[in-house]
Amino acid sequence: MSENVDTTQAPRKIGPPISRVSRLLESKQLGWVALAGALLAPFVTATPYALNVMTTAAIFVMLASGLNIVVGYCGLLDLGYVAFMAVGAYTAGILSKSFQLPLIFTIPAVLVLTVLAGLIIGGPTLRLRSDYLAIVTLGFGEITRITANNLTVTGGPSGIFGIPGLLKIGSVDVEDPAVLYYVTVLVVAVFVLASARLGKSRLGRAWRFVREDEDAAEAMGIHTYKVKLLAYIFGAIWGGLGGVLFAAHLSAVSPQSFIFLQSALVLMAVVLGGMGNMRGVVIGALVISLVPELLRDLGAHRYLFFGLLLVVVMVFRPQGLWPSRGYEPERPAGGTGDGEPGGGQSR
Amino acid sequence: MTAILEVKDLQVAFGGVKAVDGLTFSAHEREIIAVIGPNGAGKTSAFNCITGFYKPTSGSVLINGVDTTGKRPADIAAAGVSRTFQNLRLFPDLTVLDNVRAGMHLYGGQNWADAIFHTPRFRRSEAMYTEQAHHWLDFVGFQGARGVPVRNLSYGQQKRVEIARALARKAVLLLLDEPAAGLNYSEKQQLLELCRRIRDLGTAIVLIEHDMGLVMELSERIVVMNFGREIAAGAPAEVKANPAVIEAYLGKDDEAVATNGDA
Amino acid sequence: MTQLIWDGLFVGSFYALIALGYSMVYGIIKLLNFAHGDIYMLGAFIGFALLTSLGGIPGSLSLVALLGVLLVSMLLTGSAGVLIERLAYRPLRGAPRLAALITAVGVSFSLEYGVSAIAGPNPRAFPVRLEGGVFQVLGARISLPQIILMLIAAGLMIALNTYIQRTSTGRAMRSIALDTNASLLMGINVNAVITRTFFIGSALAGAAGVMAGAYYGQIDFLMGFIIGLKAFTAAVIGGIGNIKGAMLGGLVLGFVEAFGTQWFGGQWRDVFAFAVLILFLTLRPTGILGERVTERM
Repeated sequence: MSENVDTTQAPRKIGPPISRVSRLLESKQLGWVALAGALLAPFVTATPYALNVMTTAAIFVMLASGLNIVVGYCGLLDLGYVAFMAVGAYTAGILSKSFQLPLIFTIPAVLVLTVLAGLIIGGPTLRLRSDYLAIVTLGFGEITRITANNLTVTGGPSGIFGIPGLLKIGSVDVEDPAVLYYVTVLVVAVFVLASARLGKSRLGRAWRFVREDEDAAEAMGIHTYKVKLLAYIFGAIWGGLGGVLFAAHLSAVSPQSFIFLQSALVLMAVVLGGMGNMRGVVIGALVISLVPELLRDLGAHRYLFFGLLLVVVMVFRPQGLWPSRGYEPERPAGGTGDGEPGGGQSR
Repeated sequence: MTAILEVKDLQVAFGGVKAVDGLTFSAHEREIIAVIGPNGAGKTSAFNCITGFYKPTSGSVLINGVDTTGKRPADIAAAGVSRTFQNLRLFPDLTVLDNVRAGMHLYGGQNWADAIFHTPRFRRSEAMYTEQAHHWLDFVGFQGARGVPVRNLSYGQQKRVEIARALARKAVLLLLDEPAAGLNYSEKQQLLELCRRIRDLGTAIVLIEHDMGLVMELSERIVVMNFGREIAAGAPAEVKANPAVIEAYLGKDDEAVATNGDA
Repeated sequence: MTQLIWDGLFVGSFYALIALGYSMVYGIIKLLNFAHGDIYMLGAFIGFALLTSLGGIPGSLSLVALLGVLLVSMLLTGSAGVLIERLAYRPLRGAPRLAALITAVGVSFSLEYGVSAIAGPNPRAFPVRLEGGVFQVLGARISLPQIILMLIAAGLMIALNTYIQRTSTGRAMRSIALDTNASLLMGINVNAVITRTFFIGSALAGAAGVMAGAYYGQIDFLMGFIIGLKAFTAAVIGGIGNIKGAMLGGLVLGFVEAFGTQWFGGQWRDVFAFAVLILFLTLRPTGILGERVTERM
């Protein structure tokens, strides 16, 4: 049976967010502000290094938004998310290099293979309890990396390099770092928006119901297995496309890029940002990908720091640093036309 | 008319223990039936069999004439069954409205593409969800903030939300598992009246309950269970006087007069 | 053929030692301690630190020194396990499973990169390397170090089994695994028993770490990662929550890997092990001796 939280012992806290920071984070304009910031950033600094870092950060945001669907919305602890990224990156890399195609034409194949990967990985694992799910997905992540490392078609330990760029239209080459950055930001923005919208829909609610109480969800007619599989598949697609962007960015893919550390970092972004809250997750992703660059002298100690941070956050603030508030307006703006709440019993 | 619910010789066993041992009863449209019995009689196990959480070892369950024995809970819900739980299983971190929306999942009318592109179908569907959620909350007489997480509400309010969620399923059969547990006298009166309004909608209600007063007043028929099977069934007055029932509750050697009281 | 069996048996005893800790902890608090493999790594490094500080050890005394260090290392890793339980897992005992799992991932990370920060990211050579005679038995090459280590492992496992079966703590562990609330009501000090469980499980993993260091000669801060996954696989094969199952699972996994490597080649060994894990979880989730793992009733 899924965990049964005692709802009668909750502290009494009613009301929408009141602090200025919360208000800012909740506002509808935040997305536009963030996008504007991302688009204007190269005007602040456009060195190749800076563009490199910012593109990587954008791709990381994409991965985090995808994992947020799986872990944040649906509560499935996937520790091998990097597998989907690898499938996308390698498929794109191999196909585009073999047929000398710009990466963009490999996207249909990427979609097919990542969905397949989602089905293959999700199939056996989604019936398992959450602990087992975590370890088995981790196992799949490792299987993917080791397989990529061992097969010739994937280039073995050296991987695939010399991957063509995303696209070349006339004189506009999407291999140019600045152009690639803008394309990446726009693509990522679209997908983040899509995943946010998914979260606020019937499917997104179904994911949350399954996360909160699987049995109650089943009792309401929700096919929990199908719903979980859908979460997986969306996560796989986001991850795979993130992999394509990754291949475009680095022009090379190798097994070293798909170690467990990568999966763990994406997971940290989702957890720290507040599982299920897309805005928080984006912020978490930016923090995790950018802060280490800003604090280079921390070196490998940054991972120790992240590990400890994860423990501290889980022990003291398990809902994450910017959790979704879980409130909605009492009545929609136009009113429902139902008039006063019926019943009228005095209390 | 066909019975909405037909339970025939239902049996379920765990290890060597027979939780339900040959239960048979039926429920019809607009009927309110109470299933009562001492603790451990197998009432919730029977509910779990009917709703698909346990697979019966033998016997059958028919909903509107369709055999649903052993099907998974989601399919049984789709066949027209809805339930509440003994331990109140709401979705604690979600809002009151979202909890009620859970009941509406099966007639939501939108898919993921609608969601991503915010199609007119999506907007209509979301408006329907909200409007209906409010409707059912009004129907059960829910007072208080609706946009807040349910974990913040009082027990009585939470119970109402759970019933609203079950009603939102628009099921033909509603199973209530100890709906009066933890309620005070006036809340129980409200529950009584609510059950009658639900019955007037055309739903069949089967409830497990320990409060005899409520059971006697509310139900048209009572099924008494003990040791996994029904030991008596019939109108409230009949059942109250049935010696087997008295024995089940009060014991064989007890010479005490059968009282009106609560078990 | 007998070589494969022997190799499988040898590696399997390592897996069994580590799987025991996994299984015991899972049995008692239903948590997969994701950081358990890193306790094994910690044991190896503690052994490394102790042996290095002892200075040069004459070859004849190496076994004695090793045993001494083994005991100290077991004490220290056991304590580390207790500390981790107290700080990271106990506060989350009532929390949703997801939170506890994520914390375990955090602990694992902290251990790995903490050790890396102290001892450096590069592999280190273990100061004491067991050398010994090699025998030919029934067509298999068996070395003295292998025999010694297997005897130690067997000894530890027998001691554990006796402890579980005969002592009151052992009984308490089994009772808590079956019904925590009832155990509390019966006056069992659940917290104390959980602490002891973590101590024992971690000590065993630490022992395995020291032995691995002594046998393979090289340790690095990520060595616990894969071992943790293997130990989990072993626990699942044997039936998680089940002590005998963990031992059996370890041996079975050792065999499976030995034969798998023979057929598919060494670089596929881990993939083969995971494939076995997935196969078991899909087809026989209860393992050979154990309990169910799926959410559905």
